Amino acid sequence: MPSDVPSPPSVSILPLEARAVSLEAGGKRLIKDLNFTLEAAKSTIVLGPNGAGKSLLLRLCHGLLKPSAGEIVWRGTRGRDPTPYQAMVFQRPVMLRRSVAANIDYALALRKVPRAQRRNLIEDALHRTGLEHFARHPARVLSIGEQQRLALARAWALTPEVLFLDEPTASLDPNATHVIEQVIAAFDAAGTKIIMTTHDLGQARRLADEIVFLHQGRALEISTADDFFAGPIDASAQAFLRGELLWRTPDP
Amino acid sequence: MTDIGGALGAAFSMIVHFDRDLAEIVGLSLRVSLSAVFLATVIGMPLGAALALFRFPGRAAVVVLLNALMGLPPVVVGLIVYLLLSRTGPFGVMGLLFTPTAMIIAQVLLVVPIVAALTRQVAEDLWAEYEEQLRSLGAGSGQALVALLWDGRFILMTAVLAGFGRASAEVGGVMIVGGNIDHVTRVMTTAIALEVSKGNLALALGLGIVLIVLSTAISLAAYQIKEATLRRHAI
Ligand SMILES: Nc1ncnc2c1ncn2[C@@H]1O[C@H](COP(=O)(O)OP(=O)(O)O)[C@@H](O)[C@H]1O
Ligand SMILES: [Mg+2]
Repeated sequence: MPSDVPSPPSVSILPLEARAVSLEAGGKRLIKDLNFTLEAAKSTIVLGPNGAGKSLLLRLCHGLLKPSAGEIVWRGTRGRDPTPYQAMVFQRPVMLRRSVAANIDYALALRKVPRAQRRNLIEDALHRTGLEHFARHPARVLSIGEQQRLALARAWALTPEVLFLDEPTASLDPNATHVIEQVIAAFDAAGTKIIMTTHDLGQARRLADEIVFLHQGRALEISTADDFFAGPIDASAQAFLRGELLWRTPDP
Repeated sequence: MTDIGGALGAAFSMIVHFDRDLAEIVGLSLRVSLSAVFLATVIGMPLGAALALFRFPGRAAVVVLLNALMGLPPVVVGLIVYLLLSRTGPFGVMGLLFTPTAMIIAQVLLVVPIVAALTRQVAEDLWAEYEEQLRSLGAGSGQALVALLWDGRFILMTAVLAGFGRASAEVGGVMIVGGNIDHVTRVMTTAIALEVSKGNLALALGLGIVLIVLSTAISLAAYQIKEATLRRHAI
């Protein structure tokens, strides 16, 4: 039954399946023949060097980009629109020109959450992210680290079943990174499926249950985090773990 | 030199004595131009935001046309509105020619392109920043349009100000469709034109000074509100 209001987690939209997904733009094949199934309750980290296609992969999964071939399938939707069950935090936080609280309120209003319930959700989300003292501040005067926390707070208030994060700590110092990772862990503990990109191996070790290793638009290895960090099978993944594969090499 | 001295004197004494005729002319000027800018904002802002938001065939042509219309000569707009409202025109039965309403219509046509074109630029920049986030949050096109206008509201004051500048400064449009009738459709710009043609240069200059002071005051107030809010929101 189609509905705007997310149902309880018992009827999950997961698993998420990529079926032969490719993406072309500007005459180049940027994503090549992706095939994977991502299950609930495991944090998936997409690893790979700069330009591997990690951000494109997240956008494809979240529905912001349409594949040129193949399809993204949420196998549990049962006819529901999967959009309201997902949230995404971008590499550079997008802050509306409003107060911190209004940024969250807007997201809730779009999801048709009744006004009476929004206040508590906003308070809880700000508390979770340590932003309660900033509620009335204009969002764009916050530091980048605080803005990223607000982006997470906005996602938290939406209680998504799946949370996409695109290198959420790429431009942050270690302290701010630590805070963000704590909030991500709280999402995980609350049962939200994490699908996140990073090129920070330490972060991947801390957060991942499952690794998708992406290189030149291809998923070269998909394995449990334990197996991946014990020693990947793919040669590029081995090189990446040794720190030798930080940049995209030209296509042969 | 004597003209300017006389003009300053005339302007000063008109203001100090709060000349009834002057007050009436200033009042009508403000009423016509503010009404026109208000209506043009209501029409032009959604139009400009829609142009920023939607991709459709012929969009580039519409954008170029809109930019070109920003420089539309007021006399030409006046003439078009005149033809539409004249007794033999399609809207002649409404009897609007030579009324303030006709003047408002002409100024709306002059200001809509300015507001729409400037809004499009502002909204397009904002949309480039917001698009993925708003789509991720599930905003539909209509909701995105409202968000762009709301979040661009402080920058968009510039568009409104530019529109007000054009409306309050133009003479050709209001002259043709209003007719510069004393106590009915006489506004500052047409009054100035009339006084010049009568050789009343001092009075004309005096009116001109009042016009400049008024529009400067309005610009200044809007500018300060805008700057304060832009700083506050770190835009
Ligand atoms: N719209 C686009 N048109 C053409 N090339 C693009 C486009 N978007 C991304 N790319 C290219 O696709 C590759 C992968 O990009 P991205 O997913 O951002 O990599 P990353 O793994 O660093 O997130 C890069 O080489 C990038 O230049
Ligand atoms: Mg990226």
